[in-house]
Amino acid sequence: MDWYQLWQIISAPDNVPIVGLLVIVPFYTWYGLRQARANDRLIQELEANPELAKTHHRKTFPYKPGWPTEVHVWPYLLRIEFLAAIIVTALLMVWSLTLDAPLEEPANPNLTPNPSKAPWYFVGLQEMLVYFDPWFAGVVLPTLIIIGLMAFPYVDENPLGNGYYTWRQRTVAIGAFLVGFYLWIALIIVGTLMRGPGWMLFWPGQTWDHTRLVYEVNRNLPDIFGITSDWGKGIFGFFAVLLFYLVSGFGIHKLVTRSPLNRKIYERTSLIQYLVFQFFAITILVGLPAKILLRLLFRIKYVWITPWFNI
Amino acid sequence: MERERGNRGGVGVLERVREETQQLRVRLREELEELKQDLREPQRTQLWKSIFRVPHERTTPRNRAIAVLANVFLHLHPARINRDAVRYSYTWGMGGISFYLFIVLTFTGVLLMFYYHPTKVQAFRDILYLEHDVPFGRLLRNMHRWAAHLMVITVWLHMFRVVLTGSYKRPREFNWCVGVILLVLTLLLSFTGYLLPDDQLGFWAVTVGTNMARATPLIGHEGPFGPQLGMTPYNDVRFALLGGSIVDSNALLRAYIWHCIALPLLAAIFMGVHFWRVRKDGGISGPAPVMLESEMRPVRKV
Ligand code: HEM
Repeated sequence: MDWYQLWQIISAPDNVPIVGLLVIVPFYTWYGLRQARANDRLIQELEANPELAKTHHRKTFPYKPGWPTEVHVWPYLLRIEFLAAIIVTALLMVWSLTLDAPLEEPANPNLTPNPSKAPWYFVGLQEMLVYFDPWFAGVVLPTLIIIGLMAFPYVDENPLGNGYYTWRQRTVAIGAFLVGFYLWIALIIVGTLMRGPGWMLFWPGQTWDHTRLVYEVNRNLPDIFGITSDWGKGIFGFFAVLLFYLVSGFGIHKLVTRSPLNRKIYERTSLIQYLVFQFFAITILVGLPAKILLRLLFRIKYVWITPWFNI
Repeated sequence: MERERGNRGGVGVLERVREETQQLRVRLREELEELKQDLREPQRTQLWKSIFRVPHERTTPRNRAIAVLANVFLHLHPARINRDAVRYSYTWGMGGISFYLFIVLTFTGVLLMFYYHPTKVQAFRDILYLEHDVPFGRLLRNMHRWAAHLMVITVWLHMFRVVLTGSYKRPREFNWCVGVILLVLTLLLSFTGYLLPDDQLGFWAVTVGTNMARATPLIGHEGPFGPQLGMTPYNDVRFALLGGSIVDSNALLRAYIWHCIALPLLAAIFMGVHFWRVRKDGGISGPAPVMLESEMRPVRKV
């Protein structure tokens, strides 16, 4: 265990936010899901008791008949905003006094640092470069993420859970988002903490060995099947990808139509909405991990090889 | 009149001066008294009334409402909100904190601009100068940097909260999209700022980042179908981003202009739209009363 190496990485000033994420993201997940659980319990109670459902104020917060349902922004909201501003300012002040922003040597195009890393919030994309060509990892993937996020509200036809925390009523939407969100953060953490010289994998605490060589030969899927002609590879790859989409689509379909509630939601969803959802779910939520596993477990570089692009 | 004055002679003048100073003194005392009163109760003064158009005693519900609605900075708020929406547990305050960080970044950023030249000769030296000679320069730079990192995190958490509370659902779908644009702008702001110190860290991060642009399908010279469409290192999308085929002085200038002018302006505009839509979509989405599965209305006819 090379503690010094580990310390060097996590104490790099620009890496502090990542160490922070390791704490903050689990905390807020817990904080949100705890409220979701409380609401789910209330929902269960009310479903079981229609009489109560008619009279209950339907929140887990205390409420008595006659209490006003609204409060004045001045002072009840403004004082919180003011307090938040003070706390954030104090935090920033302490952070800025104790930790200096990094400044390295002047830019030198002839001296490439190894590893050279993107800013931490883009390291996830850089990490994807291991598994995909740049046109996909650096351009198509981010574009798909942005479009997928924008499409999110338009494909979620579930009317429940609008304006309150819940898990049971929205397993698919929340589950899908969580997978994507955690994947993004996991890639950042791997890329920052576990990638050393030559973008080779080093476990946290393992010494960065600049002379390490990896005797790993990556193969392409068509090679394994003994396909050599260009046409053969192109066609084989196309069908391999198609098969992947069909199989994962089927798997996702099974998953999102398992519970009665989810089946009801599925029935409300139009075909186009559903296909858009499936496309993004397969490509981003299943495709990325699948390709990562293919590489890590079977050393497979490309699945689909064409003269113009490889996947 | 003439005669009277003449009769009194020198003594008369003295008398008059004494009399008038006496009067002046009384008046002055009265006005000082009034001024003291004003200081004790500034809301009575003309100055105050000219600035604040309505009385600010916040004790009556009407005035509390007016205090918010008649103030240009506060009027983005409604006068009253859902009693549970002020709970931290619901919104986590992350949207508001993101906005506050944006303000902090604008403020510290403008101060940094006083010391920074976006040129290859000066940029790095300006940072050294800031760190070692400018009073509080290092603190200023640190604050700008850490606020930027923090904002990326708070924006992510804000989005996370919006998902967990289902707040992107009808009628807030469009505002969610505005939010996604803000997310992208936030990341781009951070990214363009990274190059500005012109040190190894920024230079190589931006080199790595923009190298990916080479591989853009259709419009990058190493991307799928790029070469077929006549893309070269001297006319593709990366060239447009960098103002050249390498990360050099043009890239620095472009990053500077995006970072200090274009992106903050865009972000400010989209934030304006975002906040406006929060209000127009009926305010914060919750905490709303829970809805039951048994209350789902039947399938919508397509
Ligand atoms: C610069 C970045 C952003 C700023 C300054 C910002 C600011 C805010 C603020 C102040 C609110 C009021 C409620 C709250 O504080 O939670 C809000 C609400 C909202 N934001 Fe953002 N936001 C940003 C980015 C985003 C992003 C990235 C998304 C989603 C992708 C988003 C989607 C929404 C939605 C849907 C609402 C309405 C939520 C509700 O009614 O409960 N915003 N935003």
